[in-house]
Amino acid sequence: MTPLAAYLIVAALVFAIGLAISLTRRNAILVLIGIELMLNAANLNLIAFWRFGPHSSGHGDGLTGMMFAIFSIAVAAAEAAVGLGLAIAYHRHAKTTDLDAMTRMKG
Amino acid sequence: MTFGCSIAFLLSAALTVAGALAAALLKNLVHCALSLTVTFAGLALLYLQLDAQFAGFAQILVYIGAVAILVVFAILLTRGAGIPEYRGFSSSWLLGLIIAAAIFALFGWAVTKSLPAQITASAAPAITVQSIGAALMSSYVLPLEIVAVLLTVALIGAVIVAMPESRITKSETRTGGGQ
Repeated sequence: MTPLAAYLIVAALVFAIGLAISLTRRNAILVLIGIELMLNAANLNLIAFWRFGPHSSGHGDGLTGMMFAIFSIAVAAAEAAVGLGLAIAYHRHAKTTDLDAMTRMKG
Repeated sequence: MTFGCSIAFLLSAALTVAGALAAALLKNLVHCALSLTVTFAGLALLYLQLDAQFAGFAQILVYIGAVAILVVFAILLTRGAGIPEYRGFSSSWLLGLIIAAAIFALFGWAVTKSLPAQITASAAPAITVQSIGAALMSSYVLPLEIVAVLLTVALIGAVIVAMPESRITKSETRTGGGQ
């Protein structure tokens, strides 16, 4: 069985790449992609800790970590919908999704 | 077995990281979205190896099926109008890269130093979809309802934000006239 640390390192790598994307790219949609990558890295951490932690011993039903990840997936989907809707709405006004050119939100 | 990792883990981890790197570095935005899909698939494979079948298939359904398609649609809807679609990296890209590398170094240090080495996986948990459904309807019913409300609000909000403004002002004047 693959050790827990290997999963955590992969998650840290994905998180760092997502952070690098959202800090360095100039397109608003790519910044949203970076945020999605960071959320996914957090989900991988949750599920890895759930698998390696104690299930069903002690209190709880042994499902908490996975439930956290599933709710996190749902919230990430809502975030993606709203963020991409904002990008499309801004593009309709200003004809750009370049973050250096997006200096005002007023229509 | 290499470094105690199975071959399947190494392959899916390489797929995940390669997809994320490609999304960070490719010039064409559509290529970025497609490599993001590869990353999501690699993460779903990792979930399946962690015996989280439901989360793995939910990842495939939600991310590959919905979010990736949504990203591709947004990219295709926001390009054009004579502006080059790719503007490269921001002027402070070096600072962003340093911050990301520092965060990764911090996480790597924390993982390698502070994790007790004797954590080993217990037997695979016997989680069925039935037990997940029962838990969602009993102990997690309040978060489930809140997520349902959140998704409804987010979808209505996204539609209103992305709606052409003339239609919004028209409906506003219509409701304003009624009051």
